[in-house]
Amino acid sequence: MLDLRKPAGYFFVLLGLILTATGLAFDFRAPLLDRNLNLEFGIFSLVFGGIFLWLARRA
Amino acid sequence: MSLHFVDYLVLVLYFGFVLGIGWFLRKHVRTSSEFLTSAHSLPLWITSLAFLAANMGALEMIGMCGSGAKYGMLTSHFYWVGAIPAMLFVGVFMMPFYYGSKARSVPEYLKLRFDEKTRGFNAITFAVMTIFSSGISMYALGILLQAIFGWSFTFSVLMSAGIVLAYTYLGGLSSAIYNEVLQFFLIVAGFAPLAILSVQKAGGWQGIEARLSPQMTQAWRHLANPADNPMGVEVFGLIMGLGFVLSFGYWCTNYLVIQRAMAARTMTDARNTPIVGAFPKMLIPFVVIVPGVAAAALSQLGAGYSIPLKNGGPDYDKVLFSLMEQFYPSGMLGVGLTALVASFMSGMAGNVTAFNTVWTYDIYQSYIRKNAPDSHYLWMGRMATIFGTAMSIGAAYLATQFNNMMDFLQLIFGFVNAPLFATFLLGMFWKRATGNGAFSGLVAGTAAAALTYSLTLAEGKGGWLGVLHEFPSSMAQNFWVAINAWTVCFFVTIVVSLFGKPRPEEELVGLVYGVTKHEAEPAVWYKRPAVLALVAAILCLGLNLIFY
Repeated sequence: MLDLRKPAGYFFVLLGLILTATGLAFDFRAPLLDRNLNLEFGIFSLVFGGIFLWLARRA
Repeated sequence: MSLHFVDYLVLVLYFGFVLGIGWFLRKHVRTSSEFLTSAHSLPLWITSLAFLAANMGALEMIGMCGSGAKYGMLTSHFYWVGAIPAMLFVGVFMMPFYYGSKARSVPEYLKLRFDEKTRGFNAITFAVMTIFSSGISMYALGILLQAIFGWSFTFSVLMSAGIVLAYTYLGGLSSAIYNEVLQFFLIVAGFAPLAILSVQKAGGWQGIEARLSPQMTQAWRHLANPADNPMGVEVFGLIMGLGFVLSFGYWCTNYLVIQRAMAARTMTDARNTPIVGAFPKMLIPFVVIVPGVAAAALSQLGAGYSIPLKNGGPDYDKVLFSLMEQFYPSGMLGVGLTALVASFMSGMAGNVTAFNTVWTYDIYQSYIRKNAPDSHYLWMGRMATIFGTAMSIGAAYLATQFNNMMDFLQLIFGFVNAPLFATFLLGMFWKRATGNGAFSGLVAGTAAAALTYSLTLAEGKGGWLGVLHEFPSSMAQNFWVAINAWTVCFFVTIVVSLFGKPRPEEELVGLVYGVTKHEAEPAVWYKRPAVLALVAAILCLGLNLIFY
């Protein structure tokens, strides 16, 4: 059976890449937001996905 | 609200992954059992997260956030009084009989324990309910996406339903469950930043407490009298109606969630599925309810946020979207929107996979075509996935034409659901209960629910036959309808059973407590269901005390 940690890991890594790149390239803001949320969430998503891939590789 | 290219990119990435998971898993589907019940093959962490996600539909997410803004932390009772105790109970006490009886579904357990008519009643009402539930949810999502993003109703409905159909058709229950886990992570990731940002903006929890009345931030202190709290409920109605009858009725008997636990590899894993799931479940209020409470505080703050309005009154269903609009920039907005679509899909896939199993095993194989080869039931399971989805879409369109009829149907389903927990409780823990007792209890309980509703009034609802009592809120009325239905079902089942002849004990082995031998417990303490449940119960009690 498919190890779910792999697709979940790849998904969050790719999501992280998209948002990190968006955060670095553009300064998108929202009315009540005073920080670069895309960059912060992008890095979080990269780490989260990376942990999944690391766990899958370890298994 | 306008979307940027990057928002669509996130949505497309998500669609690609859910379809990809279905495509990869298609090779593992060779029998009806693999397609419909995953053939007891999935690991615990996956079944427990799927157990949660199947219940985290879009309507629940939007509704809980709106309730947070309307009722404050009282909404947490749906989790800390409602869901958690029931999840722990089903894991410790009931799962041994669901899993150990070798039944393939909840209605099939009723057939083994009681008789054919009790199973038929449960299977048919459940199948109809799942179709309409997913239809109503699809309708609500279509309307919301149309209003907020300008997508057409037809596009929203067909796109979402089409993707769910594709991955459930390809990979069956395993594919639905795998995707539910991915959806669970995405839902939490998409909504959690909103909770952090909105609470920060409102000045932290202390800031929220300073701006709202204590009734909004304290969960227990204002429950002595219905007039003292915004929900209009009192402590007995809340604990008995929500905490006992409605929550136990849902979490302990609804095949949609039980099916996820029954897909586990071993009895211990099946029992631990809802218990392990209870740990993340008790934190969900921080992700979905707290942003709503923060929204109520922000609207008092004068920082540029106000609760959306509709016809001059607050429109609580739009609170979640309005928060996303205010806090999420393009990019993150795509994640939030995708999380919402994911929550819709996890709820719908839950309904579709429960429907196709109950249809194939409990209706088609039982009443239409018995003794066919397994390949035929596999085919029928796939067909049921297609026509179940098609009927859900039909129900969604029906809802656009007859909105009141959908409210009425939901009401009727509430009547049918309310007494069910009494039937299961007596079936599993009282060997004297008979099939005739169970069936007449269910019918009498359903009638009692309808009668209570017909003789009481709340917010202009009910009172069809006269008004003997007026409730301060619909919520209180729902709780008392459920309490009466449960009580009548419980006692009618007992009385009718005492007049009938009980089944011999040897026929009840594996089905009833007291005549079934206990399975050996795992050697390590932290894998034992009772120990884990105790830890979860203590943590849940702690949360109740913190927000007392």
